Amino acid sequence: MKKGIVAGFIACLLMGMFSNASLGAEKVLMMATTTSTDNTGLLDYLAPAFTKATSIDLRWTAVGTGKALKMGENCDVDVLLVHAPAAEKKFVDAGFGTKRRELMYNDFVIIGPASDPAGIKGLPIGKAMTGIQKSKALFVSRGDNSGTNKKEILLWKNAGMAVPDKDLWYIQTGQGMLATIQIAEQRKGYTMTDRGTYIKYSHNSGGKPALKVIVEGDPILLNQYSAIAINTGNCPKAKFDLAMAFSDWMAGSEAQQMIKDFRLLGQQLFTPNAK
Amino acid sequence: MDYIFTGFIQAFQLLFSGDEQTYSAIFVTVRVTSYSMAVSLLTGIPLGFMLGHFEFKGKRSLRLLVDTALALPTVFIGLVVYAFLSNRGPLGHMGLLFTLPGIAIGQTILALPIVTALTAAAVEGMDRHLRTTLVSLGADRRQLLLSSLWEVRFSITAAALTAFGRVMTEVGISMMVGGNIKWHTRTITTAIALETNKGLFGMGIALGLVLLMIAFAVNLSVALVNKR
Repeated sequence: MKKGIVAGFIACLLMGMFSNASLGAEKVLMMATTTSTDNTGLLDYLAPAFTKATSIDLRWTAVGTGKALKMGENCDVDVLLVHAPAAEKKFVDAGFGTKRRELMYNDFVIIGPASDPAGIKGLPIGKAMTGIQKSKALFVSRGDNSGTNKKEILLWKNAGMAVPDKDLWYIQTGQGMLATIQIAEQRKGYTMTDRGTYIKYSHNSGGKPALKVIVEGDPILLNQYSAIAINTGNCPKAKFDLAMAFSDWMAGSEAQQMIKDFRLLGQQLFTPNAK
Repeated sequence: MDYIFTGFIQAFQLLFSGDEQTYSAIFVTVRVTSYSMAVSLLTGIPLGFMLGHFEFKGKRSLRLLVDTALALPTVFIGLVVYAFLSNRGPLGHMGLLFTLPGIAIGQTILALPIVTALTAAAVEGMDRHLRTTLVSLGADRRQLLLSSLWEVRFSITAAALTAFGRVMTEVGISMMVGGNIKWHTRTITTAIALETNKGLFGMGIALGLVLLMIAFAVNLSVALVNKR
């Protein structure tokens, strides 16, 4: 009987190796991306069309922009889809990436309980940030070096404040955007999110989100997404051709129109802007 | 609170409607668990047996080492395996990052100490009189070895099931080494982590129940085999 079990295991093992070998023959493009493009369902929606157009199998791992850039630097992926322009430019200047191309944008919003405990509704972003700090209203931060987190840190700095860290009213989750919104909802706090993820959260809450948009509209809140191919100078084995095929396809009219048509609750999540 | 109840209903719906994503995660989980369990059992049982059966120098230190490895945290294993398999790491050229064999390496590191330590403990704890009885009945070394192994078969099964339980339910290694890639390295546990991240608790609970059902099926079949 034991022999049978062992034989079964070995059979499974061989089967697995065999099927893995056959997978290797396909054109596989490995991408690291931010949680917002994955959590909203945008990539699930675009990937089949991309594969159909180019017969490239797109595989992605959804991490914060900080980690995505690190994966690119370590040559673990071939292409990035990220949203932290300042960090991206450094990444390209350092020779890790090349051919950065802007593809789409949405905007960041400050969301919070409808009761607005800090009284910041509709204020300019700088005053809103100081308002949160002065009233010590709870603020939930990603705290994970993601694109969203980088922008939030910039907002504190621009408002002339030290970036909060150990303050009792400041919670750093270290988790993805939707998880962070969930924590803000449970703790009745404010948080900053990209609009796409906010719409997804509203959709998940059956169109009746507990947290509302409190501050929006400042130009600094623009959230630009870009594709970056990994530089073969740094990573000789990176699949540059496939990365460019992805970048070109995303910037093409079919994908740009698809991004425009991607809606939840009747609202557009991302605005295409490839040049 | 209704998501707890909906989770239960959803679990059955996912299983019986043949939901493609759920079955992909189940298949990935079963496959990767089979790899790591096969390697852990094939190496862990002989290792554990030697560790329990024979007397040799440094045996106690080795036991201590194996017992300490029982407490290895999965996120730490995940991090170390990631560092080794990354293209910047020493084993990067093998291209195992974000693959099932990559996850299986990490899971084997998790399961091997369990199988080894529990097998060794079972062999050590075996009735001492058995050996004397067997020798007095004229058993040679080979017969002694085989009958000892046969005597602890239930303990070894228990060791295998314990290791299986840890391997199938771990999330740290699968997440870090596998990358939670849809259709490829998304296991049931990383899918639960993702759904919880998305705030879809019902779906997460449903997947958790699916995992429990698989564990139940495996344990049930082992129990039936042991009974025969």
